Amino acid sequence: MLPHLDAAFNLARWLMRDPEAAEDVLQEAMVRALTYFAGFKGVNPRAWLLQIVRNTAYGSLALNRGVETVPIATESDEPVAAELVSGDDDPEVALLRSRESRQVRALIAALPVELRETLVLREFEEFSYKEIAEATQTPIGTVMSRLWRARQLLAQAAAAEGLP
Amino acid sequence: MSERRQDPAPACDKVLLVQAEFDGELDAAQAAALEAHRAGCPICQAAQAELLRTRALLRAEPYEPTPDDVRARVMARLRQAQPQAAAAPRLTRRGWSRLWGSGIGFGLGAACAAAIAFLVVLPQRNDLVDAVVADHIRALQPGHLEDVVSTDQHTVKPWFDGRIDFAPPVKDFAAEGFPLKGGRLDYLDNRPVAALVYQRDKHIIDLYVWPAGDASAHLASDTAIQGYNVAHWTADGMNFWAVSDVERGQLDDFVALWKKAP
Repeated sequence: MLPHLDAAFNLARWLMRDPEAAEDVLQEAMVRALTYFAGFKGVNPRAWLLQIVRNTAYGSLALNRGVETVPIATESDEPVAAELVSGDDDPEVALLRSRESRQVRALIAALPVELRETLVLREFEEFSYKEIAEATQTPIGTVMSRLWRARQLLAQAAAAEGLP
Repeated sequence: MSERRQDPAPACDKVLLVQAEFDGELDAAQAAALEAHRAGCPICQAAQAELLRTRALLRAEPYEPTPDDVRARVMARLRQAQPQAAAAPRLTRRGWSRLWGSGIGFGLGAACAAAIAFLVVLPQRNDLVDAVVADHIRALQPGHLEDVVSTDQHTVKPWFDGRIDFAPPVKDFAAEGFPLKGGRLDYLDNRPVAALVYQRDKHIIDLYVWPAGDASAHLASDTAIQGYNVAHWTADGMNFWAVSDVERGQLDDFVALWKKAP
């Protein structure tokens, strides 16, 4: 399961919108995965692990604390190092991009949770519809309409904020 | 009215298909049918443009790996949890095992094996097939194909000595139209592997060899990815993966030759 740790933590962060709560969920989910791994008979361990992460997150009270949590996009006004070394020689361009990046992240974080998880799994983890359906225990038709709705909302919000 | 404008309810019933095509979920025939529709549907064209814009926005985001300290704490937690996880199946084993002692022993052993498999879990079959094909494609880039260039199996085989922890069998089938070209080291399935390079006319065949573990036992099977044919078999305690863009029949011939040759 360790090869999928990044995917697991990424989903936990987007669900919880708070790094500490996300780490709690990650730890809990990994322990559960370890416990049930012997009984795992499926073919897709990544979707299986993320399903556990998701269920753990949904079971966590912190998920619905909502307003009290800090969206991961705005925890700091300093651009993180990864963004600065993203290949742009021009620091102004890099700064502009990191500001954009924070905006985009805030927009994703503001999406309703079921749209957010669908979008994150598709765009960041590049899950297929089938994998998303498995991880979120949702029919594929619902995955498609959620994805559509998430993209619509994001596009509208981005346009409203003047993002490209 | 403004609410109506906000409402993204698709005005054409094909937009979810546009999205599915955009996400690579349609097969060629479905995609072609959709393309025919989209050419005359401004709604679907606009949907396509918006999908592209949204993706550009999202894919510009750097992927954040798990910070090292978080990873370390997870590992520590798992090490702590392992004994409990290992103990759990013992209870169920105990129920139906006549031999108490061996039942417990087996349960513990199986659980420990599962825990270890959990930590180092191999890429599943598709991941491994993908990895083999990706490696083959990478190796076809100029200068990447062979570390040792020789058509002589008695040169290629000793070259691997000391470079990997097993001695791969090396055979030459020049007479049958599959001359050996050389070999190289590669990394697959979380371990160094031997790659033998063969040529069939203008086509390259990569044959990957490494010792078979338990996990490979259920691995199948012959398949094709991105136009590359893949064949897999196990023999003499070794995993074999052959990848090439030669026709299926020729690859099967190659595999048959290999299996038959002493």
